[in-house]
Amino acid sequence: MTERLSPLDAIHRAAGATFTDFAGWQMPVRYSSDLAEHRAVRTAAGLFDLSHMGEIVVVGPEADRALDYALAGKLSASVEGQAKYTLLLARHGGVIDDLVVYRTGADRYLVVANAANAEHVADELRARTAPFDCEVFDESDDMALIAVQGPKALEILTNTPGFGIQGDGNDHDDFVHAVTGMKYYRAVAAEYAEQPVLVARTGYTGEDGFELYVSPDQAPALWEALAETGEPHGLVPAGLASRDTLRLEAGMPLYGHELTRDTFPAQAGLGRVVALGKEVDFVGRAASEEGPAADAPVLVGLASEGRRAGRAGYALFDGDGADASEVGVITSGALSPTLGHPIAMAYVAPRHAATGTTLYVDVRGTRIAASVVDLPFYRREK
Amino acid sequence: MTDLNDLKYTSDHEWVLIDEDPAEGVDAGGVVVGITAYAADKLGDVVFLELPEVGTAVAAGEVVGEIESTKSVGELISPVDGTVTEVNERAVSEPELLNSDPFGDGWLIKVTVAEIPGDLLSLEQYREVTGE
Repeated sequence: MTERLSPLDAIHRAAGATFTDFAGWQMPVRYSSDLAEHRAVRTAAGLFDLSHMGEIVVVGPEADRALDYALAGKLSASVEGQAKYTLLLARHGGVIDDLVVYRTGADRYLVVANAANAEHVADELRARTAPFDCEVFDESDDMALIAVQGPKALEILTNTPGFGIQGDGNDHDDFVHAVTGMKYYRAVAAEYAEQPVLVARTGYTGEDGFELYVSPDQAPALWEALAETGEPHGLVPAGLASRDTLRLEAGMPLYGHELTRDTFPAQAGLGRVVALGKEVDFVGRAASEEGPAADAPVLVGLASEGRRAGRAGYALFDGDGADASEVGVITSGALSPTLGHPIAMAYVAPRHAATGTTLYVDVRGTRIAASVVDLPFYRREK
Repeated sequence: MTDLNDLKYTSDHEWVLIDEDPAEGVDAGGVVVGITAYAADKLGDVVFLELPEVGTAVAAGEVVGEIESTKSVGELISPVDGTVTEVNERAVSEPELLNSDPFGDGWLIKVTVAEIPGDLLSLEQYREVTGE
C-alpha cells in the first residue's frame, strides 16, 4: 500500500516531526514532546493537521431525507451552518463509524469520517442514499483539515490576516464578528486568501477551538499563517499522540477503541445520538429499538493512583486475588497529563459499572486498583 | 557530555558504558546501562520507570525493567550478565530525564559483570541498526 502524505507533509518534516502510520497515512505523531503539546492545548493552543480524515459531500434536493435514512441522527433537523455528531450504524445496530455532519447548504451536507473508514463510509452512503434524489462525492483527496484547539484559539484565528466571509467582500471585521459569535458545533462558509474555507467551531480535545476545511493547495499557507499568528500566544504544532491523550481526558470515544462494529451506541453511552424519535425508518433502527443484551458491557471511566497506566486491551478483574473474575477490558488508557494520575475508558459488565466501584487492572501481571468514575475526566472551565 | 563513541550498544537500543575510567565513579568490573536517544525519541515522553532492585541477578537478553511513555510501554533488556549494584533513583522520580539526557543523568542501572559480552555494537554498527 502506498503511503499517503498530507499536503502539509513538507512543513511537518521541516519542523522535525516524528511520523506514524495512521490508516495508510504518514501523519505527525509529535513535533517535540507529547506532554508539552498536550499542555499547550490545555493552556494556550495547538495546531493539528487532520488532513487524513475523510470528507464526503452529500448533495441534492433529498439529501436531508437520505441522511435521515442512512444515519442514526435526525440530520433534516439541522439548520444551515450546524454540525451534528452522529453514527453510521450497521443493520444489526453496531457502529460502522462515528461522524460529524455539517449542514453546509439547504441541500448540501459535509460528512466527516475517520480516516480508516472513509472509503467504506462513502460506499455505504452511496448505497443507502441511492433511492433518494441526491449524490455522494468522496472529496477526501480534495480537502485538507487544520484544527486550532485551545483557550487561545479564537484570539489566534481572529488575529490571523487573510480571512473573510464568503460573498461578503472578504471583510476581516465581518469574519471576526461571525466567528466570535459562533456557538459550539456551528460552522460558517468563510474565505482565506479569497479561497473557500469552512470554519467550524468543533474539535476533539475538550477545549474551545476551530476546524478549518480547506483545499490542499491552500493548506500550507493557512497553516503557516496560523502558526505565525499563534506563536506569541503560545500555539505549538501538536501531533496525534497529544490528540489521543486530550480526547481521552475529555472522555471522547475513538473508533476502533470505544466504538466498533460490535458495539451498540447505548453501550458507549451514546444512546441519545440514535434518534429513535424520528418518524422515518433508518438503517439499524430495529436493532437499536431492541437494544443490547441486558448484560452487555458498558463504557465506564476509570481512575487510579500512581503512575502506571492501564492501556488498551488490559483486562479488569473484580478483585486482586487468584480467585478474582475477569469483568472487563480497557479500551484506552494513559497517565493523564492534566490530572497527573492514570485514567482509562473500559467496557465492564453492568453490575460492576456503578460509579465508585473498585476494579483491578492487570498491568502486565500486577493488579492495580482503579475506581469507576464519571466521564469526562476533564472538563474545561467555561 | 558523554562521547557516544565511548559507549557500546545493543540492537535493543540500550547503551553500555564499560568501566575503564574510575573517575566515572563506576565500581571496577561494572557497567552503566541506559537507553539510547533513538529509543527515548521513539517512546515519546517517558512517564514511568520500573527498574530492578539492587542485588538482582540479571542475564543478558532478559527483560529487567519497564519504560512507560505517554503512548507505549518499552522493555529494558539487560545487555549483560551480572548483579545490579545501583539504580538511578533520580530517573525513577524524574523519568523525563530519559528524554532530556538519555546518555547522562537519564542512566538506568549499574551492574557488576564477570565478562563483557562480545556481541555489543560500536556506535557505527548501532547507527546501521537504526538507519540514522
